[in-house]
Amino acid sequence: MDQNSATYEGQKMYDPKGWWDTYVFSQDHKVIALQYVCVALAIGLTGMFLSLLMRMQLGFPGLFESIDAGSYYQDVTMHGMIMVIYLLTALFLGGFGNYLIPLMLGCRDMAFPFVNMLSFWMYFLSVIILVASFFVESGPTGAGWTLYPPQSILEGTPGGDGAGIILMLASLAVFIIAFTMGGLNYITTVLQSRAKGMTLMRMPLIIWCIFLATFLGLLAFPALLVGAIMLIFDRVLETSFFMPEIFKGGEVLDYGGGSPVLFQHLFWFFGHPEVYIIALPAFGIISELISVHARKNIFGYNMMVWALIAIAGIAFIVWAHHMYVAGMNPYLGFFFATTTLIIAVPTAIKVYNWVLTLWNANIKMTVPMLYCLAFLVTFLNGGLTGLFLGNVAVDVPLSDTYFVVGHFHMVMAVSPVLALYGGLYHWYPSVTGRMLNDTLGKIHFWITFIGTYLIYFPMHYIGFLGVPRRYYSNEQYDFIPQSVADLNQFITVCALIVGAAQFILLYNFVVSLYKGAIAPKNPWGACTLEWQTLESPPGHGNWGEQLPVVYRWPYEYGLPGATSDFVPQNVPDEQIT
Amino acid sequence: MAFVIVTAIIVIGTVLWNFVSPWWFSPLASNWGFLDTTILISLVITGIAFVLISAFILYCVVKFPYREGNKSEYEPENPALELKLTIITTIGVIALLAPGLYAWKLYVELPVDALEVEGVGQQWVWSYRFPGEDGVYGNTSGRLFSSKNTFGLDPDDPYGQDDILIRGGEVHLPINNKVVFQLRSKDVLHDFYVPQFRAKMDLVPGQQSNLWFEPTVLGTYEVACAEYCGTGHYAMRGVVVVDTEEDFKTWLAGQPTFAETMNEGANGEQIVQTLGCVACHSIDGSDGIGPTWRDTYGTNRALASGETVVVDDDYIKTSIVNPMSQIAEGYAPVMPAYATLSEEELTAIGDYIKTLSE
Repeated sequence: MDQNSATYEGQKMYDPKGWWDTYVFSQDHKVIALQYVCVALAIGLTGMFLSLLMRMQLGFPGLFESIDAGSYYQDVTMHGMIMVIYLLTALFLGGFGNYLIPLMLGCRDMAFPFVNMLSFWMYFLSVIILVASFFVESGPTGAGWTLYPPQSILEGTPGGDGAGIILMLASLAVFIIAFTMGGLNYITTVLQSRAKGMTLMRMPLIIWCIFLATFLGLLAFPALLVGAIMLIFDRVLETSFFMPEIFKGGEVLDYGGGSPVLFQHLFWFFGHPEVYIIALPAFGIISELISVHARKNIFGYNMMVWALIAIAGIAFIVWAHHMYVAGMNPYLGFFFATTTLIIAVPTAIKVYNWVLTLWNANIKMTVPMLYCLAFLVTFLNGGLTGLFLGNVAVDVPLSDTYFVVGHFHMVMAVSPVLALYGGLYHWYPSVTGRMLNDTLGKIHFWITFIGTYLIYFPMHYIGFLGVPRRYYSNEQYDFIPQSVADLNQFITVCALIVGAAQFILLYNFVVSLYKGAIAPKNPWGACTLEWQTLESPPGHGNWGEQLPVVYRWPYEYGLPGATSDFVPQNVPDEQIT
Repeated sequence: MAFVIVTAIIVIGTVLWNFVSPWWFSPLASNWGFLDTTILISLVITGIAFVLISAFILYCVVKFPYREGNKSEYEPENPALELKLTIITTIGVIALLAPGLYAWKLYVELPVDALEVEGVGQQWVWSYRFPGEDGVYGNTSGRLFSSKNTFGLDPDDPYGQDDILIRGGEVHLPINNKVVFQLRSKDVLHDFYVPQFRAKMDLVPGQQSNLWFEPTVLGTYEVACAEYCGTGHYAMRGVVVVDTEEDFKTWLAGQPTFAETMNEGANGEQIVQTLGCVACHSIDGSDGIGPTWRDTYGTNRALASGETVVVDDDYIKTSIVNPMSQIAEGYAPVMPAYATLSEEELTAIGDYIKTLSE
């Protein structure tokens, strides 16, 4: 990394002085991105471990005596919250966003490097608070990741009467502060710091996706923040925002007049856009990868951008499709079912344009491409089952069954993770200057792709049967046959294998850092700017003396008349050979 | 090529699975067969989309593999094709949405001539109330709940005196009769769900929600709570028995009215049913969230603290009033304290537990 104090374009760069400034309290967006990735992957591994504990109980009930009902629900809750917020949101926006926005837009760093650094450390603090809840008496909250009151702040739910729920809510509040600092940075950088020639409609789709996801986050997270603060008040100060008259443990509690459904509205006003906060960056990664590795221009760029904007807009008026049977005014169902199914149209357009990009292409089956194609199949599957659950009356028999578990894991767990892995394999050479091992990558891919499908696909069918989700044990119920227990065993075995396979990825990451083949400067032959830097990996300030100038859109593959099958964004017409 | 073969197997397997799956809708026992139809419509339409798009992907992968020196076709836009696809998708979405909205209209419009039942949820038992001979429910209030007045009924309301109270989790319904459930909760969220009836609705404390269906098959069905409600969620099992009209009337006549329950003395069995103790403490010897009560009176109990105590009247009373002080070994410290029970009620519970060891 360039250690010299540098002045570019009349502005002094942030100037790291020594190891701490360069690697720990760094203001360089690339270092901050890596910090986000490492912390997110570490807490994500914890989340995966918790899911395996859950699976052990479901597959082999009673085998581990330490997994009692209380700790099972704690595992469920922390698994969900960690994966959605602390892994995927942080990794996509904090990790990919930080790394790619300045590099792809041709600027030297984020608009506010110091705030960017604070954003990471606030995120780190939120993770610490979250993890701390494992070590308090009565443990972390077991309220389910939706944290619905009244149960989330009452005894009878693990951590409800202890510090668990308070730490959870405090951690979320800190996370939202971190997100806001990062988010304002991403928005400002995209709007203000683009290289000459980089018009909005020449931005790579992943930047559009991260930009819009950030926008969603900045508008949606405040709803969660106020919900969390009001819930802390209800718990600590005994206000009654969400608490009606309650009779519990043989006595009437000191609450009255509040509405539990109000919290659900606040939660899902955040919660549904949150789905897209995760999905949009995944869409972005796929848009990049599919074009680069199929050596073909992305199909229908304009339509893709407008579809993204439509999705981001409609994402704010579909939230109550999580609440069809929650006791809200039932006539709202007509409205929310209609908006929810409308959002399927722009989403379908995204899928069509990805698959049409493959038409008459020149498809390289690299590891990133495998992840890309697997994403398409999985996302298609998970997206289509969303049409069941969004469609109000169809949701009634399926709501809160394993169909829901199957659906949302397909669409917002497996799909984004496949995109994430594709992205990690794709940009690893840019970050480290070395290639990942291909064979290990393929082994990891096959186990993950097939394994996750085997885990989540059958869940839809026990959902048809009516097996409710969030059950510690099914043994009491006569309508649930023995075959469900057998299936649970099978799923647990698959989950253990898939879980173990993730260590192949970690191993590959660590070993390739030292032993991986040295990566050429632009190993995939991509048009976007992050591969066109002076040094590879890019140094501090990214571009040396001269900022790049952009002459074309980011998907110039197969341009007629050019000898090469791609033309980078910063190559002017007269230099095309 | 491996990708094409494996993915083809996955896609074909996904479709075929619908014909061979050992798990499918549980046998229908209500009027809501149309909900099953909407699921089938959705399966067909989404299935077609899934197969067509997947097949297109696989075709492309086979047909356009990378060849050194080859170049892909340069086609950034094709507005006509994009418009066509958008229209087809919109038609598919309308075909899904129309039956869904129609079914929802049926679902939310409550029939007027129906039998009325109130369903009440609490951690972790179900109870029910019928309006009684006058056909009118008595007023309730969240402030009036007590271990005796478990429905929070206003004792001064004349309409409430004849309300019939079903405590203990088993309710009977007459066959081929529309039933409207008015649902409320005493403590946290719950969800009344009988898989064979398809219908489902949350119970929310502080407000009322509604649900209606018409049982069409005689039999006994399980109620499973479908909204997470705390540690005992999975154990919140109830039973609905669908009877003939006559059997139903006989059963209903045998149930106590509100006035009768208020005049009862302390009855241990009744108290543990209404407080929901039995959701965690079985009376048949099976293990649950807490230790069973069967054959436990007078035995030694190892505590999490390492001590050993004898299960006697004192231990039982302390465990109810201050459960955290004496957690049994091997069980989670999750039991709520029942600090407001009277001495008479505590003794009655102890006496009842004693009878389970005889």
